Amino acid sequence: MNEAMTYTPSELMIVSASRALKGNRVVFVGVGMPNIACNLARRSHSPDLELVYESGIFGANPARLPLSIGDPTLVSDSISAVSMADLFMLYLQGGLVDVALLGGAQIDKYGNLNTTVIGPYDKPKIRLPGSGGACEIAINAKKTLIIMRLKKRAFVEKLDFLTSPGHLEGGNSRQNLGIPGAGPAMVITDRALFVFDDATGEMTLTEVAPGESIESIQAEISWPMKISADVKEMVAPRADELDLIREKLDPEGMYR
Amino acid sequence: MPENKLCTMNEAVDRFVSNGATVAIEGFTAFICFAAAHEIIRQEKRDLTLCRLTPDLIYDQMVAAGVAEKLVFSYLGNPGVGSLHCIRRAVEKAIPKTLEIEEYSHFGMVGRYIAGASKLPFFPLRSYFGSDLAQSNDSIQFVDSPYGDERISVVPPLNPDVAFIHAQRADVKGNTHIWGLIGVQKEAAFASKKVIVVVEEIVDGSVIRRDPNRTLIPGLIVDAVVHEPYGAHPSYVQGYYDRDNAFYLEWDRISRDRELTENWLKEWVHDTPDRKTYLEKLGSERLKNLKPGEMMAGPVDYGLYD
Repeated sequence: MNEAMTYTPSELMIVSASRALKGNRVVFVGVGMPNIACNLARRSHSPDLELVYESGIFGANPARLPLSIGDPTLVSDSISAVSMADLFMLYLQGGLVDVALLGGAQIDKYGNLNTTVIGPYDKPKIRLPGSGGACEIAINAKKTLIIMRLKKRAFVEKLDFLTSPGHLEGGNSRQNLGIPGAGPAMVITDRALFVFDDATGEMTLTEVAPGESIESIQAEISWPMKISADVKEMVAPRADELDLIREKLDPEGMYR
Repeated sequence: MPENKLCTMNEAVDRFVSNGATVAIEGFTAFICFAAAHEIIRQEKRDLTLCRLTPDLIYDQMVAAGVAEKLVFSYLGNPGVGSLHCIRRAVEKAIPKTLEIEEYSHFGMVGRYIAGASKLPFFPLRSYFGSDLAQSNDSIQFVDSPYGDERISVVPPLNPDVAFIHAQRADVKGNTHIWGLIGVQKEAAFASKKVIVVVEEIVDGSVIRRDPNRTLIPGLIVDAVVHEPYGAHPSYVQGYYDRDNAFYLEWDRISRDRELTENWLKEWVHDTPDRKTYLEKLGSERLKNLKPGEMMAGPVDYGLYD
């Protein structure tokens, strides 16, 4: 019988992302919550999961929580430390990445992401960090999982700038450009989970967090949300998953 | 007369960095030569085009100091912390002055250095489809494959006037060993007209020759060698010191405020004549806390074939 454990919205996101990684062999990681999710997956259901970092690491086994994707702890005890040329050409473009975790300041209903500017490019209101590796990751990874907090200002009708392609305009628009990777498979938020419609490429609500309703989720989405026929409740984190996060992976609680 | 390229940072910057030059001080989170950046600021170089994948704090400081007119990059974050506030101030508000930007993605920047280093007219990479990055940057183009139906994006070569490469060790001829995150150091070096290698240790040529797989940069392309321990602080050198994450967080606080930034630059760069003085100011306690544990690799036998 499971005790009802309390957990934070971040922990719900991390655990949901970890579960979504099941069955994958090679995951492209960013820091922060994606990093904890990947390491949680590796330490629970997917011990063979290999972590790839765009800084040039394959098969990371970090001794401490990496504070950036270039943390020295990622180098020591990894399988292979390579040049960024090799990382991008052989691992990413070469088609070896099963899944990549991405995020963004803005997302639209086709899972296209903006990490470049709010406002016009030439005179931005806010200059965001930019692509980094996100654009090519979105194109070359076999699929992507998007991890973002659910907020209306992030889930927008129209992006200020399209940095990384999701399903573009929907339908076959992604395939028509010759993009090899299948694109976003899920959006994992702190309050709901979404998949993408096979035919139209549109974000579709599939699970809501305990305490949320379809209406409370729609209130945070700037377009009329597509809803799956059978919306379930998100499965709460288990005690063993929370233990791993709190005791081993993020003992300082940086991502609580 | 045996070749010896050793000189001070002051001499290297004075001789090899001209006003208006295109400068690359690379290193992906690691091996970032802050010592070179601070000397460039101190010598009041101007109108520079700065190239890096992620500008990191190094170009945030250089932009705040007013040495740059243009930035060529792929990511503007303070890695693991947040924004680069000085660069944002320049882009959003033209403070201290306007900053021209030329924006790619990481793979695009990697490709530019490869094309530059190997004298190719462009580098093909599978990126930018459907992205507004191609709209904002004329240098990102699409071409048809001559061999089939595929269309692919291309980026032009990048050949900096000067590159500063920080590494663990080199001999006095500039043959350089690097291990850890080697990033685009090698490509940037081969692509640049002048190369200054900055190292934690100077070793004998025989040490280099004992492990030739580790020699990413040959002295052949190196113009100067600077021996500058902790030259990468607050960035890190694999096996020598850790990243000073406290400083990266501290910079987030300082750089949000223009006056605090200018005060910091005055105190730590303009009024601090060299890296040695900077380290004394930092204090040995702080440096001691950045020392990692040991993780030695086993020796390998290349074999003597005679």
